[in-house]
Amino acid sequence: MKIAVCVKQIPDPATPYQLDPETHLVMRPAEQVLDDTDRYGIEVALQLAAATDGTVVLVSMGPAGNLQGIRQALAMGADQAVVVSDPLLQGSGALVTARVLAAAIVREAVDLVIAGTESTDGYTGIVPQQIAEILGLPALTFARKVEHIDGKLRVERQTASGYDVVTSPLPALVSVTSGAVEPRYPTFKGIMQAKQKPVDQPTCADLGIDPGSVGLGGSGQSITAVRPAPARTAGTKIHDEGEAYLEIVKLLEQAKVI
Amino acid sequence: MDFAASPEQEAFRLVVREFAAAEIAPHAEEWDRTHSFPVETVHKMGELGLFGLIFPEEYGGAGADLATLCIAIEEIAGVDSSMAITLEAAVGLGANPLHRFGTEEQKARWLPDLVQGRSLAAFGLTEPDGGSDAGDTRTRAERDGDEWVINGAKAFITNSGTEITSLVMVTARTGDGVSVLIVPSGTPGLVVEPAYRKMGWRASDTHGILLDDCRIPAGYLLGEEGHGLRQFLSTLDEGRIAVAALSVGLAAACLSHSVQYARERSAFGRPIGSNQGVAFPIADVQVALEAARLLTYRAAWLRDSGQDFRAAAATAKLFASEAAVDATRIATQVFGGSGFIDETPVSRFYRDAKVLEIGEGTSEILRLVIARNLGLPL
Repeated sequence: MKIAVCVKQIPDPATPYQLDPETHLVMRPAEQVLDDTDRYGIEVALQLAAATDGTVVLVSMGPAGNLQGIRQALAMGADQAVVVSDPLLQGSGALVTARVLAAAIVREAVDLVIAGTESTDGYTGIVPQQIAEILGLPALTFARKVEHIDGKLRVERQTASGYDVVTSPLPALVSVTSGAVEPRYPTFKGIMQAKQKPVDQPTCADLGIDPGSVGLGGSGQSITAVRPAPARTAGTKIHDEGEAYLEIVKLLEQAKVI
Repeated sequence: MDFAASPEQEAFRLVVREFAAAEIAPHAEEWDRTHSFPVETVHKMGELGLFGLIFPEEYGGAGADLATLCIAIEEIAGVDSSMAITLEAAVGLGANPLHRFGTEEQKARWLPDLVQGRSLAAFGLTEPDGGSDAGDTRTRAERDGDEWVINGAKAFITNSGTEITSLVMVTARTGDGVSVLIVPSGTPGLVVEPAYRKMGWRASDTHGILLDDCRIPAGYLLGEEGHGLRQFLSTLDEGRIAVAALSVGLAAACLSHSVQYARERSAFGRPIGSNQGVAFPIADVQVALEAARLLTYRAAWLRDSGQDFRAAAATAKLFASEAAVDATRIATQVFGGSGFIDETPVSRFYRDAKVLEIGEGTSEILRLVIARNLGLPL
């Protein structure tokens, strides 16, 4: 089975993000890291590929930089990567991103597309579903478990109250939740091998994408303003006179966490 | 001239740091408190490839150099010396002698599991009646037909009694010389004594061993008969570089804990780090750490580039271990009362450090090596 995994290089979350004062877009340094939440999808893909003697291709869009984040993903064991890197793409919204990724995925003729649920820098959370729609694939979203049985997919979809079991023929798209699996750590051997693995860097032209349909102009949307989140208000103090736990239970119920 | 790590080694350093923070650091205090050896964690270290770094790919290793192993040991030691010495001993004292001196048959049988961290090997050199005086080995092995019969005792043997220990190599007098013999775990006559109660390295597995008419096949001789001591001392030189790296990791952890605490902890209305009496010793730790790191990676570079590294290894281990002991003492002083209780890791670091000046060559033996290398008539 050939599997595509959508991954993203993001600025290191340990350092504060810089926003462009004009466009309000995240300024991307050459050195970006793999989005931590992508590691779950990569792990699911590697396990499925191992079970089916398959291969894993990473598909990404954004400034390639020094490819540090992509190499991190390759070091886990993916076989190759496609990074659509083109200055024209700067400022592309979620739908344009999905179109570009879909165009890159089509070229790879894969049996399965795996993505995270959302990126840790953009947080739109809609790109996987859009890719599925563009490619005409069933979208099995928010999977906490993915199995390949008798040529079909069996997926446990996380829901508010438990999980749904859904099955689907292939090809299909699955988005996996963080915590679905325990991602492996890259070994030193994996890191050394990642250096040699092929990373294709097509442009929009290579993918046959109309330059007018991408970037800030092609997205049909722009960020008009960015405001800092309001500072957190002080918490509530509960003085325990033997019954404080009841207050805490009530607060947790109000927050709908229990 | 530089001993800088490659981009791949730096990427690997970050992976090991993340692994250590997630898989080891949260449990280190409990393992220390309960003197327990975490087999599951050792297996995870094996999956990360740590035990196979310096061994060829044909045995499941990564074919990396000693400097790469030093990076891994340094990062593990940053959170837990017990797991760092478990790794160091498993590679330096266990798998490495087998890899260097074993026959193809011996290597094919034991090395793949050792390289993957599925099993551990131990080396028994020290005896109850003599540690540094390795030439005075009292354990004897005598041929009886197709077997060796071993009698004697060994002391302070790391990784010798874990549930995944596959073999213990022991030095024993055979005729005129000293040989190394492979004793698989479970061999009748191999008695692993109860674990020592130790001041530090409490999650590391250390036992005394008795060999009581212990019979092994003649084919379990490691390397040449009568040359066992010379063989083993040469692998010890590599181990000393790795112990130096462990010391560097411990000193680096002391430094970062000390800096953080000295900035956060206030007394007399200001951070304690604003006092020279606190700040200057921390600056001294930084100086010693930098020097220790350079000595360590220079020794590793000499080894990895095929040059003579014996004195450099002794120098690195001597300086780095003493720097680590100093660093733990200073960190404990910076932390004050909090450094004396188990809620902060520095009290564990303090207990863990001392043995670095003892194991795999005491500071005195290392000075002897260095002095002799200078041509002094010791």
